[in-house]
Amino acid sequence: MKTTKRGVKERAATPNFFRSLWSLTNRDLKKWYAAPAILIISLIQPVIWLGLFGKAFNFGNLFSASAFNIPGLNIPANLLNTLGNTVMTNIFGTTSYFSFLAVGMLAFIVLFTSMMSGMSIVWDRRLGFLDKLLTTPVPRGSIVIGKILNGVIRSLAQAVIVLVIAILLGMTLTHVSATGIALAFGALFLLGFGMSSLFVLLALKSKDWQTQMAIANLLNLPLLFMSNAFFPTSAMPSWLQAIANVNPVSFTIEIGRQALLGIQFSTPMLYNFIYLGVFAVALGIISIVLSWKLLKG
Amino acid sequence: MDIISVKRLSKVFNGKLRAVDGVSFSVKEGEIFGFLGPNGAGKTTTIKMLTTLITPTSGDATVSGHSIDREANKVRASVGVVPQEFTADEDLTGFDNALLMADLYGIPRKVSKQRIVELMRLVDLEAAMKRKVGTYSGGMRRRLELAIGLVNHPKVLFMDEPTLGLDVQTRTAVWDYIRKMKNDYKMTLFMTTHYLEEADSLCDRIAIIDHGKIIRIDSPERLKASIGGDIVQLEVSNEKADLSGIFRKVPGVKGVRKKGKEYRLKVKSAETVAPRLMTLVGTKGYTVTKLSMTKPTLDEVYLEYTGRSLREEESSGSGDLMLQRRTMRISRN
Repeated sequence: MKTTKRGVKERAATPNFFRSLWSLTNRDLKKWYAAPAILIISLIQPVIWLGLFGKAFNFGNLFSASAFNIPGLNIPANLLNTLGNTVMTNIFGTTSYFSFLAVGMLAFIVLFTSMMSGMSIVWDRRLGFLDKLLTTPVPRGSIVIGKILNGVIRSLAQAVIVLVIAILLGMTLTHVSATGIALAFGALFLLGFGMSSLFVLLALKSKDWQTQMAIANLLNLPLLFMSNAFFPTSAMPSWLQAIANVNPVSFTIEIGRQALLGIQFSTPMLYNFIYLGVFAVALGIISIVLSWKLLKG
Repeated sequence: MDIISVKRLSKVFNGKLRAVDGVSFSVKEGEIFGFLGPNGAGKTTTIKMLTTLITPTSGDATVSGHSIDREANKVRASVGVVPQEFTADEDLTGFDNALLMADLYGIPRKVSKQRIVELMRLVDLEAAMKRKVGTYSGGMRRRLELAIGLVNHPKVLFMDEPTLGLDVQTRTAVWDYIRKMKNDYKMTLFMTTHYLEEADSLCDRIAIIDHGKIIRIDSPERLKASIGGDIVQLEVSNEKADLSGIFRKVPGVKGVRKKGKEYRLKVKSAETVAPRLMTLVGTKGYTVTKLSMTKPTLDEVYLEYTGRSLREEESSGSGDLMLQRRTMRISRN
């Protein structure tokens, strides 16, 4: 009887990595859906971008029949339209700039949301919750992966909402398929995982959320504008191209445009996935390894 | 048996600040052991080392038989921690907070759910446990921290300033819960405090710590006895002569002073000496008209060993109060 009892206790004393991972992730997710206002506020920005750049500053309008109209010359409208469409297709890969931008906005929301995943670790540290976690035998890696997963799940959920809004606002659906959506979200998952890992990593030792905010603000817009989110890299100056071509955001968006809009690129999709995979896995591993060291005082 | 055994444990921060300076002590199984000292004496640093939150600079310690350095996970599984701050997540219910911790200890849900209800009943939070922690009062939050600290049925429970920032009434109530917990779960308690009453009322043994060094370890009674004993004051009616000389010969009396009509005697134990004095006065044909006994408090003990009064520290020592206020403010937001 006694030995059985001890046997049970012995087993109870070894916490399971995945179970504690789920419990920790679930805790953060509960806080997230308990505050829907934050979710809605964070959706406003990508939707405004979609409205402004996608509709108001639409490049497609620049290359329409009326834009090519030269007084005195009577060029047929359908020729002008074909000309405009060719320009659009050659530069953007699609005639719909709005759709081109919408895919960029999916990466935008993933990038911005996952950058905030380090913040909750800073707060947990400040409020003593992190210390409390560290007094339990929970595997240290599950604390870090829990924060990363939380960032990934939040950003993917928001990306789904942005995609639905984009479709409602008129994103072309001619090339959309279930596999395409799965591939696009696979790429977004990897981007979110890598970015969340990076920001959790930066937050591991930090007690100061202002620094976190400052770093996130320093990086988010450059990462976005030095990517193909608004404009194709092929039309950029070479110095900017050099940056945009190694920016993981560009790789994600390229997969998305290929999968959702059927735009062809010179590099195969698999190459992009490998690049993003290495980015995500490397940062994930670094943050787990450093968590063993940095979480302890 | 020693459940905690500490050998020359030191912690140096940033290569210069010696927070804990070679402390050695041991805690017996089943006792309540208290660390008493002013702010910045090294109490919290010691607790953080013993609960594996920070690595010692030198020295070693075992907690429930496991080295805090080499078997940290075994130590973690066998201890519970009630930290100084309110650490429970305000956005979750009290129950969910406890359940999360139980999960992290690897306790099966079947066991933990029932256990948490029991613990909540113990600290009288059963009715409030499905409410968000943000709605709790300070006393309730402290009780919740106590319950969460017990969720893995620890062999040793570490409590860092368990009643910091609570009003006197709530503090006494928390002491009662601590005593009840210890009775029900048969564990060892290690606590830090800078409240003398708290150390006196709860602890079996106290270590007085100052500037990272342990100055003295003993039971509260013996600590108090060590500074000279109790005070007996009495007045006698129609005495013909000064009785000081006779009083001085009574066993247990260490010193006599007469001030006006009043005799002030320093004695070993007031309870045993006072009756002797009364009979003695009676046999001489006089009567005792007034008698009072005073027990020395830890205040005096503290003053004796650290050279300063803890009360002064408390009123002037702004650092900890500021910290405490900040903790409270953060916990409210």
